Amino acid sequence: MNSSVSRFSLWLLLAPFLLWIVLLVLVPHLQMLRVSFQVRESWDTLAWGLEQYQNFFSESYYWRTFVRTGVMSLFTTFLTLLIAFPIAWYIARLARGNSKGILFLACLIPFWASELVRTYGWMILLRESGLFSSWLQALGWVDGPVEMLYNDVAVIIGLVYNGLLFMVVPLVTTLDGMDESLVEAGYDLGGGHGTVLREVVIPWAMPGIVSGCIVVFMLTLGSYLTPILMGGKDSAWFTQQIFTQFITRFNWEQGAALGVLLLVLSSLLVWLGLKLTGQSLRKVMG
Amino acid sequence: MIRSVPRSRLFDALYLSYLLAFFLYLALPLLVTAVFAFNDSPFPSLPWQGFTLDWYLADGTDGRTGLFHDDGLLSALWVSTKIAFWVTLVSVGLGCVNAVLFERVEFRGKELLYLLMLLPLVIPGVILGVSILVFYSGMANDVSRLWGIELDLFRPGLTLVVMGQVTFITTLATLVIAARLRKFDRQLEEAALNLGATPLVAWFTVTLPWLLPSILGAAAMAFLMSFENFNTTVMLTGSDTPLTVALFNRLREGSTPVLNAVALFLMLVSALLALFTLRQKS
Repeated sequence: MNSSVSRFSLWLLLAPFLLWIVLLVLVPHLQMLRVSFQVRESWDTLAWGLEQYQNFFSESYYWRTFVRTGVMSLFTTFLTLLIAFPIAWYIARLARGNSKGILFLACLIPFWASELVRTYGWMILLRESGLFSSWLQALGWVDGPVEMLYNDVAVIIGLVYNGLLFMVVPLVTTLDGMDESLVEAGYDLGGGHGTVLREVVIPWAMPGIVSGCIVVFMLTLGSYLTPILMGGKDSAWFTQQIFTQFITRFNWEQGAALGVLLLVLSSLLVWLGLKLTGQSLRKVMG
Repeated sequence: MIRSVPRSRLFDALYLSYLLAFFLYLALPLLVTAVFAFNDSPFPSLPWQGFTLDWYLADGTDGRTGLFHDDGLLSALWVSTKIAFWVTLVSVGLGCVNAVLFERVEFRGKELLYLLMLLPLVIPGVILGVSILVFYSGMANDVSRLWGIELDLFRPGLTLVVMGQVTFITTLATLVIAARLRKFDRQLEEAALNLGATPLVAWFTVTLPWLLPSILGAAAMAFLMSFENFNTTVMLTGSDTPLTVALFNRLREGSTPVLNAVALFLMLVSALLALFTLRQKS
């Protein structure tokens, strides 16, 4: 099979791809967009209108959660990058021989368990009857049980935990390919640690950083289990409102509008991230 | 901060303690989940009451029902396995064809289609589920209302869950298989053709064996991703609840060590799958 593939076999190869992308991605999303502009007048009549979007802006609960989810996702992504970078650096540049492979595999271990199991583990640790609370009492540092679950810090701990692997792997991959003489040259030319990091290492690692950040940001923004199980009464997540509209209220029109808004937010931020760092989706994801 | 640049002892000590803290952070939640699967107490919390296998084996006679006698969880496990099987089959099949399409064939608009192929990675899982629900389930509603024909296939249930998961798992399978195909030495295939093999024979005897490790790797990954998925699945599931959804419902009622038992069981299965793929790679 060389490049002079006949038209027939080209279509044969294209057909499964087109079926998948058209029937499972494009058409359903266009339909979701269409439904979001519908207003239900009675049980079987529909009109066009912007009511669902007006609801979003007039109901402060919606857009506050929307903004909160976006800001907290950005913060989580940044924090994950900060935590993961030294680890990736150690694995890619400082670890030797066997320990390199072992440390890398150790980073993958948490992902043998699903998000639900990981969240459950954190609940066992952090809740009032949990391990941390028991240990603190046993040490005599606190008098009674302490509740560490059901607040924003707990949510962020859980979200960072979920994202780490997807940050460490692309970082290790790009840092692994870096030529050490570049770093040595940086030091020889009189740069300090900060300068070398800023001028040599970070520009080199940029594709990995962007790729990791995009995946972690998408995972965090779209996560549901961690915020709902570890968050408190006030820590609503936007996905939760989409679920509520679809599953408990059966208000598909409103749910579709909220879904479109989440999609717009995520695409906009991913696009902005790519533009600001001068990367392309193909380069960082493909 | 590379090996050839001298570092102070203090810096090294700090760096190592950071690494240690990091791996403790990674391991702790899973470790406690696993350990409490064996605690002889109705709650997964301290104090330690002694070792028991009740949370796996108890048959309900003394008020405890272990995982292997819990019909709800066992049937959920079976539902998840069925879903994962179909998702693996479809997405790896699509992944192979897509990999050939993007690595071997030149055609107009390839760049655009490649970006479309990556698209599911930048759509939150919830939205993938919602859009498929709105389109297919909405279609089933309309058809039923207008013509009285019941399209049960497109009501929330196994088919929709499989469709929803295939949407994004196909992209991942494509990337894994395409990466391996890119490293393939085309001369091997040409040699087979020169030696008289038809293109189809060359494909099955030369290229496919080369791709096999990546196909198996993609299959293991697809199976795990499908098994563990919650966000897309929960929007599309019908009366047959898959395991993650069943566990979530249980967890909201209150936690029992049976959940730990399931969690440990899942971890072991994933670990085995991971080891299997690593052996394939090496």
